[in-house]
Amino acid sequence: MSTEPIQNAAWSDPRLSITRRHRVGRWWQGFFFASTLFAILALAALLFSVADKTMGLVVIENKVAPSALSSRPLEGLSKEELISILEANLSRNRYRTINREETVDRRSRDEIYDLVIGEVVRPKVLMSYPLSQSLLRRAELEAEKAERWPEASLEFYTWLKPHFITSPMSASPELAGIRTALLGSLALIAISILFAFPIGIGAAIYLEEYADRKSWLNRIVQLNIDNLAGVPSIVYGILGLAIFVRALGNLTSGAAIGYAGDNGRTILSAGLTIGLLVLPLLIINAREAIRTVPNSLRQASYGLGATQWQTIWYHVLPAALPGILTGTILAVSRAIGETAPLIVVGAATYITSDPTGPFSKFTALPIQIYNWTTQPQEAYRNIAAAAIIVLLIALLSLNSIAILLRNRFSQRA
Amino acid sequence: MSSESNHNYAIEMSSVDFYYGNFRAVKDVSLQVIPRKITAIIGPSGCGKSTVIRTFNRMNDMIPGTRVTGEILFHGKNIYAPDIDPVEIRRMIGMVFQKPNPFPKSIYENIAWGARVNGYRGNMDELVWESLKQAALWDEVKDDLKKSALALSGGQQQRLCIARALAVRPEIILMDEPCSALDPIATLKIEDLMRELSENYTIIIVTHNMQQAARASDYTAFFTMDTDRAGMLVEYGETSQIFTRPRDQRTEDYITGRFG
Repeated sequence: MSTEPIQNAAWSDPRLSITRRHRVGRWWQGFFFASTLFAILALAALLFSVADKTMGLVVIENKVAPSALSSRPLEGLSKEELISILEANLSRNRYRTINREETVDRRSRDEIYDLVIGEVVRPKVLMSYPLSQSLLRRAELEAEKAERWPEASLEFYTWLKPHFITSPMSASPELAGIRTALLGSLALIAISILFAFPIGIGAAIYLEEYADRKSWLNRIVQLNIDNLAGVPSIVYGILGLAIFVRALGNLTSGAAIGYAGDNGRTILSAGLTIGLLVLPLLIINAREAIRTVPNSLRQASYGLGATQWQTIWYHVLPAALPGILTGTILAVSRAIGETAPLIVVGAATYITSDPTGPFSKFTALPIQIYNWTTQPQEAYRNIAAAAIIVLLIALLSLNSIAILLRNRFSQRA
Repeated sequence: MSSESNHNYAIEMSSVDFYYGNFRAVKDVSLQVIPRKITAIIGPSGCGKSTVIRTFNRMNDMIPGTRVTGEILFHGKNIYAPDIDPVEIRRMIGMVFQKPNPFPKSIYENIAWGARVNGYRGNMDELVWESLKQAALWDEVKDDLKKSALALSGGQQQRLCIARALAVRPEIILMDEPCSALDPIATLKIEDLMRELSENYTIIIVTHNMQQAARASDYTAFFTMDTDRAGMLVEYGETSQIFTRPRDQRTEDYITGRFG
């Protein structure tokens, strides 16, 4: 046995020597690693730039100093004490207006507290600094504040706080919250998935299990679905506007069932529009999932005298469910972040009442974020950043539900 | 009982042609299967053995563009007649496949499911017990009925598939190379099982393994591929006769290993 390398001239192409082949392999490996690293760094930079704005030092100027209202901190005061502050510091007219909306006795202590802050103290954020600067350059910032805003105080402020999530929209960024937008987004997802999931799975089952894959009609349908998944979302917005808001306005405004809706720019129209948008995505993923179900499973079922429907219902769908749920995760992720079609369909940019039903006016998180980023004051950037974090958390929670469901179903096998 | 002669057979093919689109895969097959016996179908690759066995329970219906001409008589009726529901046929003519394909469910559910979807309303525990017993699997799995069927060995899975087929009380059991994915010991177990089952059931088995056909069957049908690539029946008779005194030269060439 010879251990010498093959010296034959026919096997001696220098471009494919063993060292060279290994070197090429290492280059590619390095490239793949660099790609991964780049993606991770980009993601980290994005998260950092958002998170950096959710808290930090702010220059706050109060119209009325809290110390002038009470000797104790305002947070510690009882409802009655807060009411008396409100009564003493507001004009008669303003106090009466507030009372007319809802008498102060019937409002909660926290509501009164918010009123005292919003109507009497009226804090105004003159400048806000990102967290990184606040931590690293505190002395410089204090000097700048002392020079430019001698009257105001420099405080550490958290934009992303429970109050932000539980409060409705407000005209001032210090008081604004995202409850309305968060509920709007969740309702939108619910409506769109309830609408698109059954239709999408149904279409996928039909195309995979019943339709003749070779017929030209089904090929055209397939081609169309694949292309629809790539249509810009604004086009779906226009479609939704034409169909759900205008043509079916009578239904989507609730007028047909006696609801006093004035037009079709409701959460129902928006949910259906988003549903249409994610439908191709759901169909494509569900078809893919159904296609991976081994044929032997279908044959086993048919061989026992099961009908096609029994085979699909008891074997094909359960086996395809994990894949279908993966598609649903993608659909939810897409739906929660859509902005353009909602603007077209008529999302409200300023709305303070929560959605109460399918015929409500609505807003959604991305709309709110977009709206805030277009405002001039610095503080709006901060609440936009806080809202982005909430959006990401909402997205992750919805996805983890779907992932839990998927794992549950795939373990049964 | 009808007096028609074809009732003496479990199932009878008469002048059956089978087409995939325009291609005739099987031509002019006439075959009478004797009840409560094991009939083996042997032949070289591509001779249409699997196609033929799948015509007995209309499994080929699932493949678009296939067509059958001629008659396959079961209880005196052509199972390809327009008023026959293939779903009904498949319950009465069960099938075991080449690769064990248990459902990704518990052992119990594997057996019970077929009965349930066919409207069985009797004692399910008893049916599961009886089917597993008949398939010689009960002693091995009686304590793990709730366990996933996929945790069983290949041979056990195949016997579970047989038990599953038995649970819907068929008359005929079709086996399409049931041992090709199994080791020799598991194969022998299946053959013993077939022998026991043939007391109550008609069994038709496709096999690549001639020893298996010789060992385990009562009747043997030898198929081959004709010059037009269509499968055809060459010779059919008692297994002992086919393997010791074949009448056709092609059969002799095949069983002696000169061809195939």
